[in-house]
Amino acid sequence: MSQAATTTQRRVSWFEATARQRLAALLDPGSFTEFLGPAAREISPHLALFGLPAQFDDGIVIGQAKLGGHEVFAAAQEGRFMGGAFGEVHGAKLVGLLRAAKAASRDAVLLLDTGGVRLQEANAGELAISEIIRAIVDLRAEGNSVIGLIGGRAGCFGGGGIIAGCCTRLIVSEPGRISVSGPEVIETNRGVEEFDSQDRAFVWRTMGGKHRYLTGGADCFVDDDTTAFRAAAIETLAGRTPLTVSVLEAEQARLKARLKRFGAAKDGSEVWQALGVTNPASVPGMDTEEFLNATKAVRESADDAR
Amino acid sequence: MTHDKLLSKLFPAGHNVIVQDGLVFGGGTLGGSQPVHVIGVAERSFLGVEGAIALAEHVLSAVKGTARHPILVLVDSRSQRMSRHDELMGLNEFLAHLAKCLLLAAAQGHRTVALLYGGSAAGAFIATALACDTLLALPGANPEVMDLPSIARVTKLPLEKLQEMAAATPVFAPGLENFAQTGAVAQTLDPAGDLAAQVLEALSLPPTLDERDRLGAERGGRPRAAEIAARVCREAKTA
Amino acid sequence: MAIVGVVASGNLEALFERTDDESACRVEVSTAAHGFQPLWEAVLRDFVARGTGGLRISINDGGARPDMVALRLAQGLRLMQDPEA
Repeated sequence: MSQAATTTQRRVSWFEATARQRLAALLDPGSFTEFLGPAAREISPHLALFGLPAQFDDGIVIGQAKLGGHEVFAAAQEGRFMGGAFGEVHGAKLVGLLRAAKAASRDAVLLLDTGGVRLQEANAGELAISEIIRAIVDLRAEGNSVIGLIGGRAGCFGGGGIIAGCCTRLIVSEPGRISVSGPEVIETNRGVEEFDSQDRAFVWRTMGGKHRYLTGGADCFVDDDTTAFRAAAIETLAGRTPLTVSVLEAEQARLKARLKRFGAAKDGSEVWQALGVTNPASVPGMDTEEFLNATKAVRESADDAR
Repeated sequence: MTHDKLLSKLFPAGHNVIVQDGLVFGGGTLGGSQPVHVIGVAERSFLGVEGAIALAEHVLSAVKGTARHPILVLVDSRSQRMSRHDELMGLNEFLAHLAKCLLLAAAQGHRTVALLYGGSAAGAFIATALACDTLLALPGANPEVMDLPSIARVTKLPLEKLQEMAAATPVFAPGLENFAQTGAVAQTLDPAGDLAAQVLEALSLPPTLDERDRLGAERGGRPRAAEIAARVCREAKTA
Repeated sequence: MAIVGVVASGNLEALFERTDDESACRVEVSTAAHGFQPLWEAVLRDFVARGTGGLRISINDGGARPDMVALRLAQGLRLMQDPEA
């Protein structure tokens, strides 16, 4: 799969950018048409009950565009608004987009940036996530791809992590984190000995972009740079893997093998050691090029098994 | 209801379902007439990476068979297992895999019906009961995203205030009735009646597209979702 | 139409739309922070003095300070100078 772009142009951080800035940098210039944009004022009907301010797009920007000349439907979550969490309207916009993608036979690009379910509308958010998963599977079963891009502030947690696991391919950067239970949630429920959420290096070794890329939890590792995400997305869209039973059989074998091979590990660095990475302790400090070079021969790949 | 009692009601003529380490596997002839595959989570267990991959394996082996027997998913779980091990191994992929297996089984012609007879929460709920075509429940079942005291902690609202708000809207508080109103639960069964017959009746209905948002609008628990999704589809068509 | 900012702590979003009434600028502010009306009025008075007729501006406030409000308004106005907006 793709390599990271090392660029000499001015770098725009994916992590720092807003959802709208990410879309503008990712998609072909001027090609984006938004659906149910802010002027429609479809805000959350539930946040006011909690005395919380609404956002006109409910924290997700959706529409159609071109990406490398390829017609796609795209969605971007705004991680700064309510932690990018799924509420009723936010979730329904993505459900609608995925259903529309199936009707139009288009690929979908999801810029995930989410803490999971928005607790103020938890039941609606949980159900939306289930509907999104079903719509992704329907779309993929028709032969279309769903590409996930992860490298935002809020990470990709809770049901968002499960959605990520349903995508055809995932592109991730170092700051990207993918997990179901967040660090604070694990610590609150199981204690600091089980999971020290304040230990940032440990958190990244457990669920960060590099760990996910090394173990096959992500397919492409790129710089925290909008042009790198764009290049990787264009390259990824060129491939095609319809979701079939044999893909899931391959995933079954892949995940079982992972448990067998790394199940005893207590830390990401032990997993990398077992993978055969020379000097695993140096992995977190490596830049993208160094990291890809040092690991490409040993990393687990999920190609056609997701 | 205990799983033993539930199984004896569903399979009066016997079954070969086993419950091991909180996981449910096997099969039986529902009401003595309809062969079904059975998987599930029992005894209020957490669902972790090992459990998810074991359940997925059973779903895939059912799909590999030639008969398109329904898959019955019995659920009395807690949330996803929260641990360093699970996240280090990539629990998100394991839960996604289980959900995809169930959804693809449905696409291959297996009816997938979940019966929630106890608790379920968060990621475990998404990967099991909510990944089936039809979700049935027994009275007393308790689905939740997060319990109210935890929601109070995260939202920094007093528990009393939250309880008051929960009485006014089904959108955030735990419980079967709230989830039913949002459209998650197709039907709540009558435990005093013939359970096998009620599940058989649900199985006799043809599978439909995902209509949970429309159901949520009808029942008032999700006022906007169906309309929003439909509007997006319309805008996409005319764009 | 233009949209700037996000609804987050210390930030706000402002939606700019054109209207037919060239003589008026209508601003709606939705905020959970109470008691800052004089401050909002002062910032908005400065802003409309720059000639903002024919605009409807809708603000969702996450508790932004006056300098942030002024910045977002200026950004939005700049975007609206593009005739395509």
